[in-house]
Amino acid sequence: MSDPRFGQNRRTTLPGPLKLDGGALLSPLDIAYETYGTLNADASNAILVCHALTGDQYVASNHPVTGKPGWWTRMIGPDKPIDPARDFVICANVLGSCMGSSGPASINPATGHAWGMAFPVITIRDMVRAQAMLLDHLGVRRLKAVVGGSMGGMQALSWAATFPERVAAAVIIASTARHSAQNIAFHEVGRQAIMADPNWQGGDYYEGTPPAAGLAVARMAAHITYLSEAGLTEKFGRRLQAREAKSFGFDADFQVESYLRYQGLAFTDRFDANAYLYITRALDYFDLAEEHGGTLANAFRDTATRFCLVSFDTDWLYPTRESRAIVQALHAAGAAASFVELSSPFGHDAFLLDSPELNRVVDGFLKAGAAR
Amino acid sequence: MSDLRPDLAIIARNVAAGSRVLDVGCGDGALMAALRDTAGVDARGLEINPANVAAAVGRGLSVVQGDADTDLADYPDASFDYAILSQTLQTTMRPHVVLDHLLRIGRRAFVSFPNFAHWRVRGSLLWGGRMPVTPLLPLKWYETPNIHHVTVDDFRELVRDRGLTVEGAWFLSHGRPARPAAANFFAEHAVFLLRR
Repeated sequence: MSDPRFGQNRRTTLPGPLKLDGGALLSPLDIAYETYGTLNADASNAILVCHALTGDQYVASNHPVTGKPGWWTRMIGPDKPIDPARDFVICANVLGSCMGSSGPASINPATGHAWGMAFPVITIRDMVRAQAMLLDHLGVRRLKAVVGGSMGGMQALSWAATFPERVAAAVIIASTARHSAQNIAFHEVGRQAIMADPNWQGGDYYEGTPPAAGLAVARMAAHITYLSEAGLTEKFGRRLQAREAKSFGFDADFQVESYLRYQGLAFTDRFDANAYLYITRALDYFDLAEEHGGTLANAFRDTATRFCLVSFDTDWLYPTRESRAIVQALHAAGAAASFVELSSPFGHDAFLLDSPELNRVVDGFLKAGAAR
Repeated sequence: MSDLRPDLAIIARNVAAGSRVLDVGCGDGALMAALRDTAGVDARGLEINPANVAAAVGRGLSVVQGDADTDLADYPDASFDYAILSQTLQTTMRPHVVLDHLLRIGRRAFVSFPNFAHWRVRGSLLWGGRMPVTPLLPLKWYETPNIHHVTVDDFRELVRDRGLTVEGAWFLSHGRPARPAAANFFAEHAVFLLRR
């Protein structure tokens, strides 16, 4: 491609400064991102896809570390709801993460060493503001749509609330407008597991051994919240792993134990423990109503953005009632909102799995906007 | 608009162009799409069946999955010019509460329902001694979603009791207009336009 701004595996350094909700000024600002498709002449076909907590910008291209296909190839691709033949798709690594955007693992220009815990605490809105700076850089003034699941859905909501004039449509899947006490509680278990790992060293481990054991435990706890009891029972039941009888010890006798241990360890190969601390904190701080005088409807007052919300009936991390609360607020604000609860046995993870109904809803919603 | 169900066609003809409409129990959005495409109406829908919601969203409509019995309370006062409830009143748990919500949310309300006092229904009960199964009440008693059967005269009484004004009434038999006189006996289906 002749335009050096576009292409895969891009990285850009924006001069900043980015003023963070916590008060700090971040400068310069690295953002790593992927793009698919071509921005049309009037820059009207851009769709921003926002990733979840442990996701990354490799939404529809092979992951450079794991070699696995992109995390949402079910949604993005030829003849999929988001089609690079028609749409210019952007997915950026969020601020605070560890796949190339500025985060605790990147180098602090003031010291020449990794930021570690000296990196400023960030919020979902900070992530969104950083994405807005990237869009400015790419020449995208207004998004055809911003689309995200889970934490990506929070970013999509925050986009619509922070930059309403820049968002024609927002798709929010399996998400929430605020983190509940239960959500925060699970995150705190994960953070304490990381901080209890002797290798954590107050976050200053980048020249030594990373706290992989703590991070693996954090991932194991979180992973349970992404599934459902019915899904776990169906997949594993009480079946034993590669043995005929219980060992009467603490090996991974059960398949479900073995599965979680694998998920935890595999995660440590591709994720930074400090980034996990920072991003879970950003999620815990997320409360869109609080940012707007305590009333969620105020976040969407006079908005012209069209909204589409989807929840899954077995998602107990961000259950349907959270989506309904957002829909009620959108009604109160007079916004155009659609909502559907889809049925799935797979819990929160359902948004990443094959769901013809999800694709149908998103496809119809996005096409309807294009027809106007 | 000609392929709309007859009661929906009546409603579609009588909604003012450019108005704001909430279609409660909107199904796959056929009426909403017609109102949007022919009258520039800003239509929103509430529908209980997820497949219907998906179909309506796929048509570019703003439809929220929900239950008229529990979710109408979430809609702000006077936020629509019209609230529409077509062939749904008889399936709700508390029809009178639903009616109150319709006229709280909308300045006017269209309500359509099958008339349980139609002569064929009466005949079925009187002569056959059986719960009626007719084209408008097609399911047997144990599987029908219609839990609150209502007649034209019953509905008129409810409207009177709630202090509402009838701005229009249309009656249908075999999908064609029926005489307003003795509608309680001859109409298979009624459409009312109500005002607070």
